Amino acid sequence: MDIEPTFFDSPGAGGIVGQPLDRVDGRDKVTGKARYAAEFPLPGLVYGVLRTSEIAKGKITRIDTAAAVKEPGVIAIFTHENLPKLAKTPNTPEGKKAIGAPMGFLPLTGNEIHYANQPVAVVVADTFERATHAASLVKVSYEQAQPIASFLDPKAEIFDPQKVQDGKTDGHTRRGNPKSALAASPIQLKATYTHAINNHNPMEPGSTTAHWEAADRVTVYESTQGVTRTQQALSEMLGLPRDQVRVITKYIGGGFGCKGSCWPHTPLTVLAAKAIGRPVKLVLTRPQMFTSMGHREDQTQTLTLGATKEGKLTALIHEKTSTTSPWDNYAESNSKIIDLLYECPNFEATYQLARANVMTSTFMRAPGEAPGSFAIECSMDDLAAQLGMDPIQLRLLNYAEKDPSTGKPWSSKSLKQCYARGAELFGWSKRNPKAGATRDGKYLVGMGMATASYPVHNSQGTARVRLYADGHAVVQSGATDLGTGTYTVMTQVAADSLGLTVDKVRFELGDTRLPTAPNSGGSVAAGTVSSSIYMAAQDVWQKLTKLAVQDKRSPLYRAKPEEVTNEKGRLILKNDKSKGEDFAALMKRLELTDIEGTGNGKYGAGYESGMAASAADSGHKDDAGQHSMHSFGTHFCEVRVDPELGTVRVSRWVSVHAAGRILNAKTARSQIIGGSIFGIGSALMEQTVRDDHFARYTNASLADYHIPVNADIPEMTVEFIDEHDPYINAMGVKGIGEISMVGVAAAVANAVFHATGKRIRSLPITPEKVLNAGIAS
Amino acid sequence: MSDNFPPDQRGPAPEDGTRRSFMKQAGGILGLALAPPFISKAERLTALSRKVEGVSEMQLKVNGTVRTIRAEPRVTLLDALREHLDLTGSKKGCDLGQCGACTVLIDGRRVNSCLTLAVMAQGKEVTTIEGLAKNDELHPLQTAFIKHDGFQCGYCTSGQIMSGVACINEGHASSDDQCREWMSGNLCRCGAYPNIVAAVREVAGNKS
Repeated sequence: MDIEPTFFDSPGAGGIVGQPLDRVDGRDKVTGKARYAAEFPLPGLVYGVLRTSEIAKGKITRIDTAAAVKEPGVIAIFTHENLPKLAKTPNTPEGKKAIGAPMGFLPLTGNEIHYANQPVAVVVADTFERATHAASLVKVSYEQAQPIASFLDPKAEIFDPQKVQDGKTDGHTRRGNPKSALAASPIQLKATYTHAINNHNPMEPGSTTAHWEAADRVTVYESTQGVTRTQQALSEMLGLPRDQVRVITKYIGGGFGCKGSCWPHTPLTVLAAKAIGRPVKLVLTRPQMFTSMGHREDQTQTLTLGATKEGKLTALIHEKTSTTSPWDNYAESNSKIIDLLYECPNFEATYQLARANVMTSTFMRAPGEAPGSFAIECSMDDLAAQLGMDPIQLRLLNYAEKDPSTGKPWSSKSLKQCYARGAELFGWSKRNPKAGATRDGKYLVGMGMATASYPVHNSQGTARVRLYADGHAVVQSGATDLGTGTYTVMTQVAADSLGLTVDKVRFELGDTRLPTAPNSGGSVAAGTVSSSIYMAAQDVWQKLTKLAVQDKRSPLYRAKPEEVTNEKGRLILKNDKSKGEDFAALMKRLELTDIEGTGNGKYGAGYESGMAASAADSGHKDDAGQHSMHSFGTHFCEVRVDPELGTVRVSRWVSVHAAGRILNAKTARSQIIGGSIFGIGSALMEQTVRDDHFARYTNASLADYHIPVNADIPEMTVEFIDEHDPYINAMGVKGIGEISMVGVAAAVANAVFHATGKRIRSLPITPEKVLNAGIAS
Repeated sequence: MSDNFPPDQRGPAPEDGTRRSFMKQAGGILGLALAPPFISKAERLTALSRKVEGVSEMQLKVNGTVRTIRAEPRVTLLDALREHLDLTGSKKGCDLGQCGACTVLIDGRRVNSCLTLAVMAQGKEVTTIEGLAKNDELHPLQTAFIKHDGFQCGYCTSGQIMSGVACINEGHASSDDQCREWMSGNLCRCGAYPNIVAAVREVAGNKS
């Protein structure tokens, strides 16, 4: 990393980066001009609709399409009996790996039904209405079997997986000797936490529009968090070279993880389009969204904590049991955050799984960190209450000065400042230490807080900069903007790196024809793409420098390239800033209309220790560097609990985070607010209910699966602690997409505890749980 | 919808087999029954006396311009806008009237266009997000949404803004709490609510 330039060293840089610039795509979004994946009116476009299974387990004995196919406008109906063959399916471990599929099973490849609402037919017709109607006419006969609904089902067999999270997390880890340390601890707390199934439910449903431009070339308009990953999956499944599969996502209506992988509806639509020779658009219905793109799994965690009488942690033992699909060992890695949040010499984590008739769960915003932080942060609150200690004091007592899980120093950690500033903004000092003792009229008032943390995952990407002599630049990277502000912050980074104003820069993304970028997920996009752009701009400057020092007419003629730098669009001598010239003057003199640069941006361990990160296996890339890289923060929550109705309303909120360089103060604040609201939803209302007999879903709609509405949310206060971290990437950016929701459920639950004196360990904290806890009104 | 009930628990099917075919007829008749006065009484009676099905021509006045489409009576206003008129600013988030992403104004009143059949909107003034700005000049609420960052992904935004315009006109934005309540039919999964309230507050001119 020493030889590579960094944004920190760029003179004059930083003027635009960080500013609360309005979104550059704002106008397109408020006027309805922004085109999302299902909004490309291709000539000859027809409509695909999925027919899904009414049972959760069994076999299709007969599928009768005779009536449906006679309907006006119906073009084709695909079932397992006539679906064209793929070159590769995810149905084998090798196929799944090559495809990068989230689920080791593709529907319509056989007659078996493994989960409720599994696609059984794709109906294609000339209009959406006709396709929908015809799909209802497909007659499916089943041989039903008794499904397993979850790990709680008495028929479920619980097993110990070697690895979870698609091989990235060990099924069992241990540090020190937690059992004997626990036994010797004067304070022992054991608590079990349960979590409902959550669904991402982005406002834009998943969709695919497939257009075969030739027999061996397809363009797919897809609602995806990563065009590259979709391209990889489709090229493997179709047996086509990568460059013959183009994936486009100009705007995406939210994702939160569910659009981070290529799910079954995508290849099914692509196959249908190929078979009928016309472009096909398939949009998942809202009910189908609950069983088409993964979910956060139903799970239970037991956390046992040992501590000294003073409150120093001595041992942490974490056990998680959760539901997984018939094929995959997926579980969120809850234990990772528990392993590193506090100084604790002894730690153990085990994962257990049970197969059920469900589709594979997948990463959902802060996968593992969200439920893991609920367990550890509620337990810490319990410990504080038991010791009669202030919750922040207890956390400071156990503050981890280095990463307890690896022993490595932090690349940066500003958590103490977050606690202090958050407490100040929130008015924590006014909190009555006694639980259940604060009232506002009939309402019980509670204040709670929790710590947040999220890793800087190893990642890399590429970008291209084309700088024109007329002073404009086009900057490209195949990233996506989930609403996180990618369009805007990358425009700011490019403008600063090139010494241009924002209006002279156009940033393009969301197309596999552009340089490859990683998925927008795991909070990697901001740091990776911004670093790629910065590096591409440096490439441009190096090329221009080379031209200048060779040009007799340049004031920089015969200067050594390493003596030349750039500032606000000028090439100048490092030790004599008056000597230099504008890039435009140089390019015009040399009759260059434009010049291009490319850059490879590395993020996380791969930036600090490239060789070590590439050599590490997929589960250990993140900690291949010499530093442990994480963002940290804290949430403060005030609730009002109605003792008669059991309702919990969040009445005040403060979040303070430290996440390296913040690229845009306005969009970053919005992202933290948004993540907090996402977490409040999981804390108080979100649950997908799977019937424990039929393994079908009873509330698969937005009327029945409650997400927060405007009236649920108060004013929120967000601040960032400035942080300079030179180890993580050229821009010093950590990313904030996930940390915004880590700890949120715990902050809410801790506030409910403070309000009522009752600890509710089951999410969501619905009114009946509050009433059943037996609070006095 | 049919996915929500196990096969053996379903009620008896309608005589001709489908719910959609009911909508085909009901939609057509209802559309004409509610149609504007420029359709003569005789025409109305004729329409009511026969079964309306198949593709027919309908005229929709959207953003001040009358457009003719050929569509089945069961086509929703949302699908007519998105799939027939290429006005994709109105979004489909649920198609069940639960999320508000499809909100448009019909004669100034906010409605979920996914729950409105296109035929029912004939002869009425439909305003979509595309018709809110006057040429290049944005509606003040559009400007306020940009300024206050009242959105992230943008998918609920058209509905939020149309709903917000109506909310202000209705006089339901006189305080923040009232605005929150009357804007709660528009879901936002990115969680832009405080910023949406800030934008509506600014345009409504209330100070709370």
